[in-house]
Amino acid sequence: MSETLHAVSVEVNGKPRSARVPARLSLVDWLREDLCLTGTHVGCEHGICGACSVMLDGEPVRACLMYAVQAHGHRVTTVEGLAKPDGSMSVLQDSFCEAHGLQCGYCTPGMLIAAQGLLNTNPDPTEAQIRDAIGGNLCRCTGYQQIVEAVQLAAERTAKEAK
Amino acid sequence: MKAAPFEYARAASLSEVCALLATHGDGAKLLAGGQSLVPMMAMRLVRPAWLVDINEIAELKFIAVEKDMARTGACTRQCAVERDHALAARVPLLRQALAWVGHVQTRNRGTIGGSLAHADPCAELPLVAQVLGARMLLRSGSGARTLEAEKFFAGPMATNVRPGECLEEIHWPAWSWRHTGSAFTEISVRHGDFAMVAAAAQVAIDGDGRCVRAAFGLGGVGGTPLAFPKIAGRLVGTRLDDAAVNDAAHAAATETQPGSDLHASAEYRRHLAGVLAARALREARERARSL
Repeated sequence: MSETLHAVSVEVNGKPRSARVPARLSLVDWLREDLCLTGTHVGCEHGICGACSVMLDGEPVRACLMYAVQAHGHRVTTVEGLAKPDGSMSVLQDSFCEAHGLQCGYCTPGMLIAAQGLLNTNPDPTEAQIRDAIGGNLCRCTGYQQIVEAVQLAAERTAKEAK
Repeated sequence: MKAAPFEYARAASLSEVCALLATHGDGAKLLAGGQSLVPMMAMRLVRPAWLVDINEIAELKFIAVEKDMARTGACTRQCAVERDHALAARVPLLRQALAWVGHVQTRNRGTIGGSLAHADPCAELPLVAQVLGARMLLRSGSGARTLEAEKFFAGPMATNVRPGECLEEIHWPAWSWRHTGSAFTEISVRHGDFAMVAAAAQVAIDGDGRCVRAAFGLGGVGGTPLAFPKIAGRLVGTRLDDAAVNDAAHAAATETQPGSDLHASAEYRRHLAGVLAARALREARERARSL
């Protein structure tokens, strides 16, 4: 059967993107398969693992729990959008590398989005606040400790840079 | 894990929602935050022919704090309710309950009305609605009506919302006693998971420490969230000492008929019901005393 296609216009990582999509296409599948932004990962596809987290209008959401058609008129930031304009890694991304905040890397895009979402509103979070912010993201390698340390490192560095 | 095909309509107003529901009848389902419906569609537990998306309807997103109550639009995001200090001051149970609801990402998208309409018997917001006696304003093409929480919840994942009706707003009663305290607590496998058992309580005391009003309830131990107005009524006039609180919690737990599953037996759930109801009442009492 042919499915109805819906026009969508979405600002993705600062660039306007338009497409015609079937209603049931998830936001994460559209980002990965049509826009080739494969940084965002697909984990469980039912809202448990957090690997597909993206920012919608600046706030972290699960991209598997939204249809692409629903992003019409909104701003989406994926992990690709966290890098600096010259393509180099952000402070948070660098901190994940240095603090060994990743091993296999599957959860990393979701962790970065969740952590950046926290730091954007709370630049000096407590450990408990960090753990709460990444509470919806599953990692099966690191045991979370280095991820928490990476976010703390990023917060310290950002504060230093601001001085 | 992909949803079956469906037709999609993005409604721009409540009247458009009503018109779409009238046209498509039982085949249409409302899409609010989608944090429960979208996974259920991915697993093909539900296959609606039409989805009517209410996310872009501005008139369904508001928080209004009034003298005796707070009103929230049905499509108000959970994160917006969590952050609203004026609302937290008047109806503190909402923010206390939301701390247990999902995670940051799901609360950024999930809505108040969506959670109520989904009517999961373990969910936090339906329990708050039941304990406070919230009123749901339902709109259809032929008019509006109001349902009390008690009549709104019909069973597990079932409400008395009729086909063609859309939840428009929720009225949360606010207590005006100066010494009013509330608390929410639950036990789940991991924080953010569905509760095995949840408890919510709100009490008001006078200047001498005597209870002037009490309400409490339990989730996860029946087909709907449960409130215990008669048992709570017996606390009025007491000083809410531990013995009175424990008696009330025990009486409520005894009335419940929880089910068994992989995570908890019925017996364990009933045990938790008594423990958590007492804990919520004590925390609410301490907050009331501290004001």
